[in-house]
Amino acid sequence: MNFSEVFKQSNQLCKVSPDGKYLATCVQYRLVVRDMSTLQILQLYTCLDQISHMDWSSDSLFILCAMYKRGLVQVWSLEQPDWHCKIDEGSIGLLSSRWSPDGRHILNTTEFHLRITVWSLCTKAVSYIKYPKACQKGIDFSRDGCYMALAERRDCKDYVSVFVCDDWHLLRHFETETQDLGGLEWSPNGCVLAVWDSCLEYKVLLYSLDGRLLSTYSAYEWSLGVKTVTWSPSSQFLAIGSYDEKVRVLNHITWKKITQFEHPATINNTKAVVYKEVERRPAVGADDLSLHNITIGTTLFNTQSKYEICPPPVQIPVVKPDPDRANPKIGVSTLAFSSDSRYLATKNGGFQVQSLNWHCSGDSLILLGKEQLCLCYMDTDQEDK
Amino acid sequence: MGEWWTTVPIGTSMGNYEASRISHATMSPSRQNNYVSMYSLPLSKSSYSVISAFCTEDNISPCISYINQELDSLGLSSICIEASSPGGAGLSAVPALNAMYELLQIHRRNMCTLEELEKEQLKKTSSLEHMQMNNSRLKDQLELSIREKSGLHETERQLQLKIKTLQSCLKTEKDEVQKLQNIIASRASQYSHDAKRKEREASKLKERLSQLLVDRKDKKLAIDVLNCLGRSDGRRSHWKTAKATASHEGEMYKSLLSDYEASQRSLMLENAELKKVLQQMKKEMIHILSPRQSSSRRATADDTQEQVDSDGEEKAGDSSRETLDQSCEHAREQLTNSIRQQWRKLRNHMEKLDSQASQVQNQLESNKEVIPRETHDEEMERMRHEVQQCKEFIHTQQQLLQQQLNTSFDDETAALLNDCYTLEEKERLKEEWRLFEEQKRNFERERKNFTEAAIRLGREKKAFQEDRATWLKNQFLNMTPFTDRRRCSSSDGHSALSIRSEPEMRISSTNTQPAKSSTYATFSTPKPTQSATVPSTTELYRTLRLIPDSSSSRHSNRGFWQESSTTEDGDARFKSKSRVRCGDLSIFSLGEDENSLT
Repeated sequence: MNFSEVFKQSNQLCKVSPDGKYLATCVQYRLVVRDMSTLQILQLYTCLDQISHMDWSSDSLFILCAMYKRGLVQVWSLEQPDWHCKIDEGSIGLLSSRWSPDGRHILNTTEFHLRITVWSLCTKAVSYIKYPKACQKGIDFSRDGCYMALAERRDCKDYVSVFVCDDWHLLRHFETETQDLGGLEWSPNGCVLAVWDSCLEYKVLLYSLDGRLLSTYSAYEWSLGVKTVTWSPSSQFLAIGSYDEKVRVLNHITWKKITQFEHPATINNTKAVVYKEVERRPAVGADDLSLHNITIGTTLFNTQSKYEICPPPVQIPVVKPDPDRANPKIGVSTLAFSSDSRYLATKNGGFQVQSLNWHCSGDSLILLGKEQLCLCYMDTDQEDK
Repeated sequence: MGEWWTTVPIGTSMGNYEASRISHATMSPSRQNNYVSMYSLPLSKSSYSVISAFCTEDNISPCISYINQELDSLGLSSICIEASSPGGAGLSAVPALNAMYELLQIHRRNMCTLEELEKEQLKKTSSLEHMQMNNSRLKDQLELSIREKSGLHETERQLQLKIKTLQSCLKTEKDEVQKLQNIIASRASQYSHDAKRKEREASKLKERLSQLLVDRKDKKLAIDVLNCLGRSDGRRSHWKTAKATASHEGEMYKSLLSDYEASQRSLMLENAELKKVLQQMKKEMIHILSPRQSSSRRATADDTQEQVDSDGEEKAGDSSRETLDQSCEHAREQLTNSIRQQWRKLRNHMEKLDSQASQVQNQLESNKEVIPRETHDEEMERMRHEVQQCKEFIHTQQQLLQQQLNTSFDDETAALLNDCYTLEEKERLKEEWRLFEEQKRNFERERKNFTEAAIRLGREKKAFQEDRATWLKNQFLNMTPFTDRRRCSSSDGHSALSIRSEPEMRISSTNTQPAKSSTYATFSTPKPTQSATVPSTTELYRTLRLIPDSSSSRHSNRGFWQESSTTEDGDARFKSKSRVRCGDLSIFSLGEDENSLT
């Protein structure tokens, strides 16, 4: 693996354009655009204040830079470097800013979640959406970019509004049966919306595109509930990771649980292969994946290390988090399906893995830790379901 | 007393009666006294008649003598009954009375002891009875207490069980309580966290509100764009009209419908596949059942009728339904029903077969095949036992082998052991080598010595021979009784000796080095100038080495002579050896000789 020289960045704002040609990084108040293949600086833009958030538009033509403290959003064009756009939210403040799927509208969430302002770059028009909900994931665009689902809360009740992204027309508005809506996510085919409750109650609701409730799923009550929800890319499965360290998979026909995966501290399954990284230096942390149970000790990339297969039973080092604190670091926090829906990678507990990402071919997985990264390749010949 | 009575032939019936009574006297001690009294009465009554049987007028003297004898035997020797007059029919009264009195005393004493004994016996029997009663009572008590104990045990066991179950219940309850408490705690912490967050937000809001109210400088929100962009899809934007909304709705429904259609298609395919599978299963089940049905047709007519009917029905149904649309509800129901029916039949059939098999087995068992089965079982047991033994044996063998292998391949200890052994061996080897070297050296030395000695011996022999020859010659020549000749001879001898000594002297004078044992170092050689003077006998003897010298060399020389004499036998060997090694030792020996002979 070759590495380029190190580039400066601030706020972890470093993104590749959707078409893969450019790389944009933010350094304090400057925006640097480089060519992906040569890493030469193509453009350099200067913003009015330190950039808090930066994002590419879907057609890779524009970059949005948000400065939350000042309440400003600046948009830059790659084709025309002179073109500029500045959006000032005024005294109402700015909490978050994002692109719409067509790349011509900007949605700003104001402070205290008072409203969402939709700015159109085509018409300079502005529209408001009232009472957005402040939750883990209150807004989601469907994959084809046609619809937007927004969680709202009025009079202590949760609602979901479905907008058509073309002209921001409110398509559907319905009440959900949740106590305190925690998040929502479109299925990849755009027909089903999964809505889940906050962690105090285990409840997952499935609504169709036109607002009908298709099904409800609740595994248990009283204990802390859902932590994360993921759709499989084929929309056939819905994986729910919860605080009881289990992953439950529902199928799209009956919306009933078809299987359940556990994360025990001792792996006794004879079919599981456990790889343990053996190295000379002491490991910083340990990562854990289910299904193929690859245990990896993170390490700096220049230490000598190799993987050896541990025979079962294997004891995984578990750090017991403080259960008295809110949002404890237990339970399944990250789920990722491979692109062909064959594998599911999960992260349980307080392991130092920031993200799991599958390669689009579905054969390999990249694990990013705080200081390290690891690539795992699946041997598809050996795999048995 | 009773014995006496029974032995005497009892003439009277009264006597009989008494005898029988008396014989029972011992049996019933309570009536003993009565009997004694009764005994005494008939005694007085029939005493005369009984005694008259014993003694008559004729046999007085034999009776008297007999009675005397009896009295003697009883220990009343002092009293002798005499006849009042010799040959008379009378009896002297005094001794007789004395004897009688003595007898009475004896009798009384006996009666007393009898009484006492009977009393004691009474006492003992009563006490025995008492003991027996006690014993039985205690036995009953013991039984009762044992029963009680077992009952108590039973209750205790039940209570223990109860305790265990209650404890386990308690534990589960406690666990549940703990779990619920944990849940409550986590929920409470979550609630408090959320509440705090909301409170913080509210306070911020309040702050901002107050700030805004104070500021009143409303910064307008505005957008400042250089120029408007075109739409991403290149089309012009449309007005918001009802048509637009309807079109949106329509689009939404279209997408939903398309999704449903897709899923329905996939489900249809799955359905078709499953139906195919079910049909196949049904066919196979029918096939499996049909040959058996043909055999059981002879057995039960009703069943076969049913089966035949259903089979006919099924076959008809199959042929007709293949052409029909399989998604028809009716068809589906019929399919599932028929499959269920077939499965039930198959199951019943299997159950029947099972029962038949068990019956057959039972029959076999009852038909005197118990023994073979038992023997079979025994055989099995034996074989199992054997197998177990063999396994154990193999296991131990394996273990031993492993041990051996381990001990031989065990790295550290094997290495250590090897080291130790090799070290030992090395040291032993070293020792042996050393010894060997030493011995070799010794042997070398000795060989050297021997060769030297041999050479010297040879030379000396030669010299000696020469001398002897000369001496003999002289002798022979001087074979006269004249003294002057003798002197000459002696002088000649001397000269011979001197001659002999000369080479020695010569040899000795070549080197003055002190040498090893075989040296002539301190040999005081006679001076060559000696000629006319006759040597003294001592000198002569000395030269002949017949007397020991004070010098050590002489001693050693003598030793050497001895050596050489002893080596006469082995001389040939040494000579041969030296000859063999002559070539080798030639250089050494010469040098050594030069060194050693001095």
